[in-house]
Amino acid sequence: MKILVCIKQVPDMESRFKPGAGGTWYDESDLAWRMNEYDEFAVEQAVQLREQLGEGSELTVLSIGPDRVGEAIKKALAMGCDRGVHIQDNAAAMKDPWQIAAIIAAYAKDKGYDLIFTGMQSQDRGSALVGVTVAEELGYACATTLVGFAYADGSVTGKRELEGGIKGVVKLATPALVTCQLGLNVPRYPTLPNIMKAKKKDIQAIPVAELLKEEPLAATVSFHPPAKKGGGIVLEGEVGALVDQLMGILKEKTAVLR
Amino acid sequence: MKTLLIGEYREGKLLDSTYELLGFAQQLEAQSAMLVVGSESQLPAYGGTLYLADAASCGEYNPDLHKQLILDAIEKENPDYVVFIHSSYGWDLAPRVAARLKVAQVSEVIGLTDGGFEVGCCNAKMRRTVKPATGKAVITIQAGAFAAIQPGGTPSVQKITASVTSNVSFAGYEPAEAKDVDLTRAEVIVTAGRGIGKKENVEVIAALAKALGGELGASRPVVDAGWVEHSHQVGTTGQTVSPKLYIACGVSGAIQHLAGMKKSDFIVAINKDKDAPIGEVADVLVVADILQFVPALTAKL
Ligand SMILES: Cc1cc2nc3c(=O)[nH]c(=O)nc-3n(C[C@H](O)[C@H](O)[C@H](O)COP(=O)(O)OP(=O)(O)OC[C@H]3O[C@@H](n4cnc5c(N)ncnc54)[C@H](O)[C@@H]3O)c2cc1C
Repeated sequence: MKILVCIKQVPDMESRFKPGAGGTWYDESDLAWRMNEYDEFAVEQAVQLREQLGEGSELTVLSIGPDRVGEAIKKALAMGCDRGVHIQDNAAAMKDPWQIAAIIAAYAKDKGYDLIFTGMQSQDRGSALVGVTVAEELGYACATTLVGFAYADGSVTGKRELEGGIKGVVKLATPALVTCQLGLNVPRYPTLPNIMKAKKKDIQAIPVAELLKEEPLAATVSFHPPAKKGGGIVLEGEVGALVDQLMGILKEKTAVLR
Repeated sequence: MKTLLIGEYREGKLLDSTYELLGFAQQLEAQSAMLVVGSESQLPAYGGTLYLADAASCGEYNPDLHKQLILDAIEKENPDYVVFIHSSYGWDLAPRVAARLKVAQVSEVIGLTDGGFEVGCCNAKMRRTVKPATGKAVITIQAGAFAAIQPGGTPSVQKITASVTSNVSFAGYEPAEAKDVDLTRAEVIVTAGRGIGKKENVEVIAALAKALGGELGASRPVVDAGWVEHSHQVGTTGQTVSPKLYIACGVSGAIQHLAGMKKSDFIVAINKDKDAPIGEVADVLVVADILQFVPALTAKL
């Protein structure tokens, strides 16, 4: 069985973001990069499936971006993926989700993957489009927001998370693509021996121009901070003084403290 | 301008969020038609054209079939925008429709600016303005971002059906886990976010909740990590609360969390990041390390 997992590298969300030169996305300097959280759940589930299937199955991890995404690919290899594909694109951040999906679909189209895993969305863009669009392009069965996954005999049973804690149970015949949500599993930390082993695993580099033939369907025209709502009080300083200030406010403004 | 609004129906009921689609269409000053896979026994209170497919035969979640119904209606209506709620139904279905039409999709729209659509990004810390480059576009709107309006009236119903073979089948719903606390009745909620760092620190937050005579709340990652039971989760996939006082400790303020707590009377956020989006809804943002600030506050109460 052939499995593909698609990952993105994103900045730490606790970073301070400021517009870059074009004014349509963030300035990349001084950011710490990591694997998109939702993609970690995808990698973990793909690795668990790979372990369940054992011999004769193969798990490939794919990422699109500049050189630095090699780090995210290596982490996925250390978690247990067999081989990596790095689609080299210094301008990946400027592509719309349609183009990103088109690149993945163009890569996957003639490879016969039985299952493709992606995160439900990226933490930075948050469009929740890439996975489903890849499935549509490839004609794969697809379900999103999985918090439960089981595979047996060519069929996936997934639990989709719905609003209010309800779950929807779905069955998908392979080939299929699923998008993964928080709560699906607990991603493993790569162990040192596995990090060493990962160093020997193959990462194929493919220039993006070989795969991308599509124009964007939407354009970002501005990237900016939210308009400040104002009104809220910001307290800063030494802890003891902050406690007194907050207690004063709570006494004045709420009936909770008297 | 013309919109086709895709309403939502779950477990036999029309969802109220459907009326937010009408709020969006009104803001766009667009004409609208609606489509819902539902039932004649519960029609939206709206006087326009309603394409109605029967949920009993089409299934409430059957993406391939619903996609076909929507594509057929798009052919008849020729709308500029096809609009969904950004919900588990909308984000699953909308990209399928957009991909088939090969048109732009803009996800989780929160507002309209300069002929573009405003969306959140970077975990709600930043915004983007997006413009579709295609004549038609598929839009999903953030739940709660547009006012719900109920224009009243009875729709002129056009019954529709489709048949497709699908490799996805729906096997039913699983109910939410039973609750052991009812946060909806609590007057004070003190919530532990991922910023508490580790399970042992839940105690620190619980002690503050106790000192204030309130309940412990939790954000999603804290629940998923198994630090706190799901029944304490506040947010879209947890509970919606409106206490007199809500204290968010180490919570960044992602939209799915805000959706569950922003109606609280008075909101205090304690966060070491002054730019955390929780600051947008907080009456007071205390910029501090929770592990220093919270025990100090508890001790003084
Ligand atoms: C479909 C869907 C449904 C979801 N449903 C929900 C839901 O119901 N409820 C929910 O909460 N989330 C939900 N989420 C997840 C949501 O998007 C966020 O991931 C989540 O709310 C983040 O939780 P957090 O704020 O605790 O953690 P983070 O976003 O990681 O934020 C941690 C914060 O703690 C601060 N911090 C760190 N250390 C300290 C310290 N020592 N002192 C002070 N501050 C500190 C940081 O500055 C940061 O702001 C959902 C997501 C999706 C996609």
